[in-house]
Amino acid sequence: MEWTNTIVQGVLTGGLYAMFAAGLSLIFGVMRLVNIAHGDFIVLAAYLALVVTETLGLDPLVSLLVVVPLMAAIGYALQRGLLNRTLGDDLLPPLLVTFGLSVIIQNGLLELFTADSRRLQAGALEVASWQVGQGLSIGVLPLLQFAAAVVVIGGLQALFYRTAFGRAFRATSDDPSVAQLMGLDNRHVFALAMALSLAVVAIAGVLLAVRANFDPSIGPARLIFGFEAVIIGGLGNLWGTLAGGIVLGVAQAIGAKLDPGWQLLAGHLAFLLVLAVKPEGLFPRIRG
Amino acid sequence: MPDSPLLDVRALTAFYGDFQALFGVSMSVARGQVVAIIGANGAGKSTLLKSIAGLMPARRDAILFGGEPIGDLPAYKVVARGIALVPEGRRLFQSLSVEENLLIGGQLGRPGPWSLDRVYALFPALAERRHFASTALSGGEQQMVALGRGLMSNPKLMLCDEISLGLAPIVIRDIYARLPSIAAEGTSLVIVEQDIAQALAAAAQVYCLQEGRVAFAGAARTATREAVAAAYFGV
Repeated sequence: MEWTNTIVQGVLTGGLYAMFAAGLSLIFGVMRLVNIAHGDFIVLAAYLALVVTETLGLDPLVSLLVVVPLMAAIGYALQRGLLNRTLGDDLLPPLLVTFGLSVIIQNGLLELFTADSRRLQAGALEVASWQVGQGLSIGVLPLLQFAAAVVVIGGLQALFYRTAFGRAFRATSDDPSVAQLMGLDNRHVFALAMALSLAVVAIAGVLLAVRANFDPSIGPARLIFGFEAVIIGGLGNLWGTLAGGIVLGVAQAIGAKLDPGWQLLAGHLAFLLVLAVKPEGLFPRIRG
Repeated sequence: MPDSPLLDVRALTAFYGDFQALFGVSMSVARGQVVAIIGANGAGKSTLLKSIAGLMPARRDAILFGGEPIGDLPAYKVVARGIALVPEGRRLFQSLSVEENLLIGGQLGRPGPWSLDRVYALFPALAERRHFASTALSGGEQQMVALGRGLMSNPKLMLCDEISLGLAPIVIRDIYARLPSIAAEGTSLVIVEQDIAQALAAAAQVYCLQEGRVAFAGAARTATREAVAAAYFGV
């Protein structure tokens, strides 16, 4: 029963990792941009939620109504004003620029909020749980996180494959220059993709912040978890990304169960194992 | 200005870095007209089409469309004005189905005669394969999708770059047989071709490019074999 508990917790945490990963793989898919600052944007969203909850006295989950549009707007402006200029045949400039952004965000947050670890207070929700069986109870908050991940990924999937919006993303990803001949302004399409990515980041950041302590330095580790979930699941497959997040979450939970110091190591080992055995990921995109 | 040409290219130049591809090319297309551009490999035919479509930078007043200068507009604004380019090698969107490729061609919602149903009526083979991946089609069918995708934007002018490239003669004849019904809807066509006989048969007016310059221009029916050969090879 204890092990069932461990695995269930791992699965639920995996949902959060999948959300980290979804935003990352979305922008890589649309514009071949690897956003090194992705993890720091997660932390930025958490601090934005902190400010919103403290100044407006809102519940953290209600603060999403402010933080999500705000992060999306930041994403759009960032892409139009900065990142679009770095895109080209060379992959290095966007890497360097987003690495710089990562440094700026971390130090900016450090300056404004100090290095103290903070947490969003969600009241009774934090400890609420359901007794599922003997010795097995599921926290309402982790379950909510997982449900949010499924909804976000299902929503992105529907957006990509069922809407004109998604069609424009896929066309621009396939062939940016021919996409312009269809009347699509690449700079605008890329900015919309970044806005969407940071909207997902906002949800992930707020849900992370009610679940665990955060401080300005934890971004890069979230980036790594996101990367690992994408690679384990297979690039370009959103449901695969969810599976990748779950594999990572379960591996970490098992590692932590064996020895608290092994949590991160176990996750990395699972990632390396997948990379060694199936480098294209567990569920690679099937190309027609 | 009913008598002004739909498209008027004036002393157009184009560069790839330091390499000059076009040296003062001038040409015009009347409303509803089919114009052929012929010439050897590297003569600048594709560069000319890309410049008109906005994929290559050009002087603002080097390209007039409906009397307005469009030379400096980016491609996504040029198509909104009513110029579609069917690119060389078809360049379909691989992760989109046949129907999605057509829909994205029409995503600007320009009004006009062309719709999904009309494109399927023009190319019945596509209607049966509407949900296929675009990569699963034969070369001829892919070319039909590329033409249909261009038509979906309801262009006043459609630029077709080497539509016969890599296709079997019977398929080429089949595709060329549909061009008159496109022109009949009031869409002017510019056809770039290597296949001179095909181009001369389809077009009213012909321009022959040679090393980035217009070497011959005239009515297609007056273009003798000798005149074209001389312009083509520069002999």
